[in-house]
Amino acid sequence: MRKIAVVGAGVMGVDLAATAAFYGYEVILKDKDEDVLEKAKKIMKKNIRQYRMLSNELQTWDSKDIMSRISFTTDYTGFENVEWVIENVTEDIEVKSKVYKELNEVCSLGTYYGVNTSCISITQIASLMNEPDKVIGMHFMNPVPLKEAVETVIGFHTSEETINEARMLLNSMQKKLIKVNDFPGFVANRLSHLFMNEAAFLVQDHVANPENIDAIFRMGYAHKMGPLETADLIGLDTVVNSLDVLYKEYQDPKFRCCPLLKKMVAAGLLGRKSGRGFYKY
Amino acid sequence: MENYEQARESIRNFIIGNMDVFDEDITLADDDNIFEKGFVTSIFAMRLLDFIEDEFKIEVADEDINLVNFSSVQQMVKLVEKSEG
Repeated sequence: MRKIAVVGAGVMGVDLAATAAFYGYEVILKDKDEDVLEKAKKIMKKNIRQYRMLSNELQTWDSKDIMSRISFTTDYTGFENVEWVIENVTEDIEVKSKVYKELNEVCSLGTYYGVNTSCISITQIASLMNEPDKVIGMHFMNPVPLKEAVETVIGFHTSEETINEARMLLNSMQKKLIKVNDFPGFVANRLSHLFMNEAAFLVQDHVANPENIDAIFRMGYAHKMGPLETADLIGLDTVVNSLDVLYKEYQDPKFRCCPLLKKMVAAGLLGRKSGRGFYKY
Repeated sequence: MENYEQARESIRNFIIGNMDVFDEDITLADDDNIFEKGFVTSIFAMRLLDFIEDEFKIEVADEDINLVNFSSVQQMVKLVEKSEG
């Protein structure tokens, strides 16, 4: 069985590990925090049951079967034998850098690295590694099992071989690789964060309530989800972090974070994961 | 089920409270397919599962978790009855 490691057992890591396991990979799911891992097990079981409802294909997901192929761990045991590491830790260059320095020590040469990020420079991460050509950005979208494509980010040193391996990995999980270049926010975040941020400004300015803002996107623009339910799903803290990164990188006021978003995060309203954001869960 | 009417009411209220409609005159019939009618999105189906399990203190069996069983008030009341055994 092919082996991959997933680092970081947050929202993305949990779904990604389950998806890879469903498609037959043996998965190591690593998080530095024991409590996070315990929570991850519960969330994974719950998610797998919920996804059954969303499409015919996901009807075949079985929590016991999928979770039997995943080992949950707080250390790097087994990382020397994995083909791919897909890293999903916090969108913070310092946190990610620390993880990559550790990965550089524990993984074998020849290992490929998928940086799951929506805004951090792949070129900068790659500069920390012995084989920078084997580092590629993989911006998985949420919820992972339902998305058909991955925004795949080519760093300055990313090789053709790595792109081909990434394509095979993603295709084996029924996802298409969409190639974009490494530039802050890539394509998805530069667009989506402007939408989410401006939608938050609309709520702040009492122009419309979240339900109606989202309904306009769904029913008017035929998006599957509106910007505020998307923000709740991603996590408002993550949205604020990403906006801060975009603002810092471009120094362009269009990326200034809506004060309401910051206030909600300070109040612990982080969206779906905390039970309340623009909506109650 | 002892409280058929109660179950029906609480499911109805939850759906109505989360409907995506502009028109306040719209009515929800017990056999309306809430997804096909565009009252709610399929993402909302995931919240319905949580709601049903919490509200009625039941665990829906994996094989019963599908969109059809959550597609109308009627179907959900049936599902609750079945899951309560």
